[in-house]
This record gives sequence, structure tokens and C-alpha cells, in this order.
Amino acid sequence: MFLPNVAQWLALLAATLYLTGVWRTRHAGKPWSPWRSACFIVGTITLTVAFAAPVNAFAHHDLRGHMLQHLLVGMFAPLGLVFGAPMSLLLRNLAPTRARATVTLLGSVPVRIVSHPLSAALLDIGGMYLLYLTPLYTQSIATPWLHHVIHLHFVISGCLFSWAIAGPDPAPHRPHWRTRLGVLILGIATHATLGKLMYAWLLPAGTGASPGEIQAAAQWMYYGGDLAELLLLVALMQQWLRGRQSDARGKPLPAG
Amino acid sequence: MSSLPYPSHADQRRTLLASALIGIGCMAAVDEIIFHQLLAWHHFVDRDTAFALASDGVLHAIELVLLVVGFFMMIELHGAGRQAPGYRGPGFLLGAGGFQVFDGVVDHKILRLHQVRYVDDLWLYDIAWIGFGVIVLAIGWLLLRRARRGHAASQR
Repeated sequence: MFLPNVAQWLALLAATLYLTGVWRTRHAGKPWSPWRSACFIVGTITLTVAFAAPVNAFAHHDLRGHMLQHLLVGMFAPLGLVFGAPMSLLLRNLAPTRARATVTLLGSVPVRIVSHPLSAALLDIGGMYLLYLTPLYTQSIATPWLHHVIHLHFVISGCLFSWAIAGPDPAPHRPHWRTRLGVLILGIATHATLGKLMYAWLLPAGTGASPGEIQAAAQWMYYGGDLAELLLLVALMQQWLRGRQSDARGKPLPAG
Repeated sequence: MSSLPYPSHADQRRTLLASALIGIGCMAAVDEIIFHQLLAWHHFVDRDTAFALASDGVLHAIELVLLVVGFFMMIELHGAGRQAPGYRGPGFLLGAGGFQVFDGVVDHKILRLHQVRYVDDLWLYDIAWIGFGVIVLAIGWLLLRRARRGHAASQR
């Protein structure tokens, strides 16, 4: 029998809330792109798969399994969740005063600092350096609560990074696309470098994994990360293209 | 077919730049697919100093980004009907050849990040690698001169 665990219940809850919001929006006669819904649902399914019992078991005894889980949780699921535009959906379902308060919150100084592409990159990719280059990884295997906190950290920082670079949700005070492209290049470079460091120096240390296993995991990280970052890059350039085309037609960008 | 207005100087430069970016990205992809994956002459890690690994990572990021940015610039020019005929071919060859020469001279010989192949008589491989790049560059340059003189075989 299939019994969801806590992470899967949370993913299911997120999907339910999202679909309720979509239903209410469309019921009120307002449009909502089915592509957005599809993105979000794929994101929640990715999370559900990442925390499924076989993947969990694979991740427990094999570094490659851990890396697969890490890629799904920290890189691919956030892409789906962010490109589902959940914040825009929320704003459409709130009363005007609450919606305004939410937008004010999004524009507040702490949110602006944390959601700047550079700080988002530092939290996300800096977190990976911390996990794999220090004894934190072996600690997390031995300590279940730390293990869960790290997963949570990568879901949130992954979402933050995707949103800061190219997310469709409203982002007051978002930097120019050149800055975001620059940070994305930095992100791809540091992620690729981490993959190579792990391969060359056989990190994380002290796991008892064979060199072959560590090197395979490092390559999964390198190429898997590439694919996720490529998707984010295409999304960013798509925004650039739409902006250029609107400029050429002499019309302002459509809102949202 | 030439009902469209003759492309401006700026459109020619943008077409040349976009196709050069695609050329660089494609040559880098050839390096990755043929020499890393199929022939396995190159390795995932050749030198394990932090500098070599980080410069690998930076180069990799720039190659990926140039390829995608080049494609999107091309899509924009195409959509606006502003692609300059005759400038795509030379741009692609100049980008591809330029990358090949850069890789052969700077990465292999100056920075010594990795070599073409780990064998005796490496110089033969180096000459082939850099020579190929120079030939591609030269063809690109000749085509560019033809395009500038208005002799381009139309690509529209």
C-alpha cells in the first residue's frame, strides 16, 4: 500500500491549494494559463517522486542516489514550482487590501535582500559547497533532523534562485536582465566547478563510498545541474526576447 | 525574394555576432561530445588543481550561455525580418574557428589545462587542432569579405 510520508503530504497539500486557486480564478472568469498549472503540478510530482520509498532507500546507501534526490529536490522541482507562478495565483485570490499588503511585503527590504540574485545564489550554491566540502554531509547522514533541514533548505533556496533569476511571479525591484544573466553564469560556473572538485578530490569525504561511486555522483551532479540551469537560462532569454519584441512594437510589456 | 529592405549595418553586425556565438557554442559542444564522450581523449578532470577545475567551470558556463544567447539573438532577428543574408555563414565559421584556435593556444599551450591527447608526438595533434581552427577562421574571413562586397550567395 502507498502511504505518503511528511514531505509527500506537503507536496500533495501544495498541489491541492494550487488547484483550488486555479479553480476559483477560472470560476471568477479570470484567465489562468494551463501551462502554469502544468508546471506547478510537475514540480509537486517531482517532489513526490524524490521522496518516494525506493529513491529514499537508494539515497541512503548510495551517493548516486543521494545526488539524484538532491537534483530532483533542489534543482528540478523548484523550476516547476516557480514557473507555476504560485504567488501570482495567490494575489488573484486575495482581497485587494491583502493583495496590496502581500506586494508590499514582497517589496520590503529583507525580502529584497534575500531575493537578490546574488544572495539567492549564495544561499543555494554556497549551501552545496558547505554540504559537500565540509563534514556537514556525514553529519547529516547520522542526524535525521539535520537531513530534513538540509532538504528543506535546498527546496527553498532552489525556488529563491529560480525566482530571482527568471521567475514569472511579481518581483519588485528585480535587477536588470544583464545582472541576472551574469549571476546565472556565475551560478553555472560554480556548480560545474563543485562537480569537478568532488570528482577530483573524492568529496564528500568520510562516507565510505568507493571512488567510482563518488565520481559517478559528481558527474550526475555536473550534467544534471547543467540541464536544470539550461532550462533556467532559456526561461531568462525568453523573457528578454518578449521584452525586445514588445519594445519593437512600441507597446509596454503585458503585466504578469 | 528580396522584397525585404536591404539590412542595415547594425543588422549585419548583429547577425554576424549572433552566428559567431552559435559557432563558439557548437564548437564547444563538438569538443564535449566527440572528444570527451565518444573518443574519450579528454577526461572529465585532467588536472586537479583548484585553478584548473575552476577555469574549466567558468569556460563551461560561458560556452553554454553563449550558445543560448546566440540562438535567442537569431530568433529575434529572424522574427523582426532583420537577418542579414550572407553574414550567418561567416559569423558561424569565425566563431567556431576562433574558439578552436583559442582552445588550442590558450587552454592547451598557455594555461596547460589539458592536452588534445595523452600520447607521444603531441605536437602533431596540436598542429592538426590549431591548423583546423586557422583554416575555418580563414574561410570565415573570406566569406565575410565577399558578404561585405555584396557578393554573398543569398541565404534568404
